[in-house]
Amino acid sequence: MSAVADKYPELQKLGVEVISVSVDSHFVHKMWNDHELTKMVEGGVPFHMASDQAGNLGRAYGVWDETQGIELRGRFIIDPDGVIQAMEVMTPPVGRKLSETIRQIQAFQHVRASKGSEAMPAGWEPGGLTLKPGPDLVGNVWKVWKPSMEK
Amino acid sequence: MAEQPQGCARTTGAVMGEKPSAQPAAESPEKKEMTMTARVGQKAPDFEAPAYYKGGFKSVKLSEYLGKWVLVCFYPGDFTFV
Repeated sequence: MSAVADKYPELQKLGVEVISVSVDSHFVHKMWNDHELTKMVEGGVPFHMASDQAGNLGRAYGVWDETQGIELRGRFIIDPDGVIQAMEVMTPPVGRKLSETIRQIQAFQHVRASKGSEAMPAGWEPGGLTLKPGPDLVGNVWKVWKPSMEK
Repeated sequence: MAEQPQGCARTTGAVMGEKPSAQPAAESPEKKEMTMTARVGQKAPDFEAPAYYKGGFKSVKLSEYLGKWVLVCFYPGDFTFV
């Protein structure tokens, strides 16, 4: 969670709010923040650390693991209309890569700003080429984009 | 949200619009399958949950952030290693 906290200023610049969720109580969240996370990120965790001891949120989001009584590592990008645009769910031993989450947010923000008229090719980075789907592009993507153009 | 009084009850998050079941032990598997499941392109299940936030205890509700982008991150547990 410290990795998300560390990138919080960057997420805020993109207009993104963060909520973390686990089955620990909010009292344990305080202890974890005060005793460990503040040593990893200056100022500690700057967003709401929500508690879901009964797993209700986890079940609704499909990340509840009833055999272990925990929530899997699940990351959901939700747009301003409350619609889920992207999700990533991982088993516990591997951590997230926040730069990829931020890239996806930027891509979805770009799509939204274009009112859905533009699409982001594989490996798109901010400032990169976007595609404008329409009759002229059918069968002609190869003229403007190739996998070798990925950074 | 405002600071709330803290008791010893085991508090938890709740999905909006779902009432706590009166008989939690006797749930049929069919009923479980009916619970909301998150999918891309669909509305995110709204929820409210007790939270720790900047030194205090406040509940957080997803729908209060409508109009903003929100990143919801689940993780296996506090004091785990990744």
